[in-house]
Amino acid sequence: MLKQKLYGKSLSELQAICTELGMAKFTAKQLSEWLYKKEISSIDEMTNLSKKNREILQANYEYGLTPPIKVQQSVDGTKKYLFPSINENFIETAMIPDKDRNTVCVSSQVGCKMGCLFCMTGRQGFQANLTANDILNQIRSIEEWPNISNLVYMGMGEPLDNVSEVLKSLEILTSEWGYAMSPKRITVSTIGVIPGLKTFLEKSSCHLAVSMHTPFDDERKSLMPIEQVYPLKDVLKEIKSFDFGLQRRVSFEYIMFKNVNDTKKHISELAKILDGIKCRMNLIRFHPIPDSPLQSSDEETIMEFKEALNKKGVLTTIRSSRGEDIFAACGLLSTKELIKKQEKDY
Amino acid sequence: MEQLTKVKITKHFSIAENTYIIQFKRVFDFIPGQIIGITDKHENPPRLYSICSSPKDEFISILFNLKVNGELTPVLSELSIGDYILITEVQGKFTFNNEPAWWIGTGTGIAPFYSMFSSGQKPQKLIQGARTKNDLFFIKEFESLPDYIKCCSKDSGDGIYADRLTSYLEKFESLPENLNYYLCGSAEMVVDVRNLLISKGVPFSNIITEIYF
Repeated sequence: MLKQKLYGKSLSELQAICTELGMAKFTAKQLSEWLYKKEISSIDEMTNLSKKNREILQANYEYGLTPPIKVQQSVDGTKKYLFPSINENFIETAMIPDKDRNTVCVSSQVGCKMGCLFCMTGRQGFQANLTANDILNQIRSIEEWPNISNLVYMGMGEPLDNVSEVLKSLEILTSEWGYAMSPKRITVSTIGVIPGLKTFLEKSSCHLAVSMHTPFDDERKSLMPIEQVYPLKDVLKEIKSFDFGLQRRVSFEYIMFKNVNDTKKHISELAKILDGIKCRMNLIRFHPIPDSPLQSSDEETIMEFKEALNKKGVLTTIRSSRGEDIFAACGLLSTKELIKKQEKDY
Repeated sequence: MEQLTKVKITKHFSIAENTYIIQFKRVFDFIPGQIIGITDKHENPPRLYSICSSPKDEFISILFNLKVNGELTPVLSELSIGDYILITEVQGKFTFNNEPAWWIGTGTGIAPFYSMFSSGQKPQKLIQGARTKNDLFFIKEFESLPDYIKCCSKDSGDGIYADRLTSYLEKFESLPENLNYYLCGSAEMVVDVRNLLISKGVPFSNIITEIYF
């Protein structure tokens, strides 16, 4: 029988496990300390648990860390880790070092259902939702742990299409009994899955990033099929109606596509639709994927776009491209070549 | 909290193995191609389904596949006439503008096209794909279309193109650039077909997609 993994369980789940296994209630707190406060990797090392309790746990559970099976390093220092995952699938994780920070970009699904025109992950279809264990393991099992300063849920998959496991991972990251990380160091990115967005806004304090890529409905439909179901205007309405307080941040991601979304018309419309939202706009260079009909805007256009938006009062920055040579940059993560051949449904 | 309306199931039947249609009274107007959220209980988030009937009908039909590990379809498949479900308001923009177009749908992704067809809208060409003939839903009705291509990846027979619909499209050296292409189905199908259309010269702005999220 495949043993369940303890790592990635919330405190309430650990309490339920302890009750089920006939252990004292305080054992759950001891377990959370061993899982999220100490640098161990086996149940054997949980030395303040009785031998009997360790044996009971080991009969049913394993600690649950999974090391990466491959790591690639970019000329700019960015690393891409490959992890085995659910049902013989694989996921990728990017670690982006900077002067004073190490940012880890985690995946939330194997593949993705969203089918955005510009994204490599979308080309492999959807294979599975990751568990909180799979999500947290991408942080805990890399060489840079525990010197990670920031986390972004911007890897493979749409986080808010897997909202329950993403929220559980955030609870473990930010709770006092967990890693006690500040939610201000974590950003969850979405293309705008409204039911998941509502849940995330209510139940988490982490920052939000929304992949926008164009302010125009018809254009967004061509780039991002989600626009048919959850239009950007409805996403903005949700954001406008939510009180983000002083600390919580909302940002918009905007990949610059040559002659598609980089015109003056786009600048004016962006300023119009973002009026009243305290936010930041991140401009991203497009990293071309094979046979894509899209090209990146040139540097001059990107700079002008940034300056024009700033002049209109939209705080705009350009995100550095990192890890492009190892396909770790934005929109390039993919394990298509490694997944089991799926039977097509047509 | 999303506004939910309780409706009684008026029809519930299987049209193929593990594929069902449920019907309930139409309480809202809608445009063919739109979707509706359905759930069994207030505490469960609604799942989205394309409407598969005409806006002129007094009922709304939903076509769905039983997903054994799914959250809602195992419940929906076990319901009976007279049981109640909860529905959201209609939403979605995968609607047909009556300009010349090809419709391309696989499996239950044919549902929005059947809604469009039932309301009198017609494509220049309909390409329907499935694994077997039994999964080519509404075949009798669609036969009236002047250009109707049926593709089966695991079946053959009269009038059937016995391969995937991507293989059918591959045969074209180039495809008309001045048409719209409406695609509906799984993420994998939509991405595969979209890439293929683009490789045949179709501008991406002419491709309108609906993925079953």
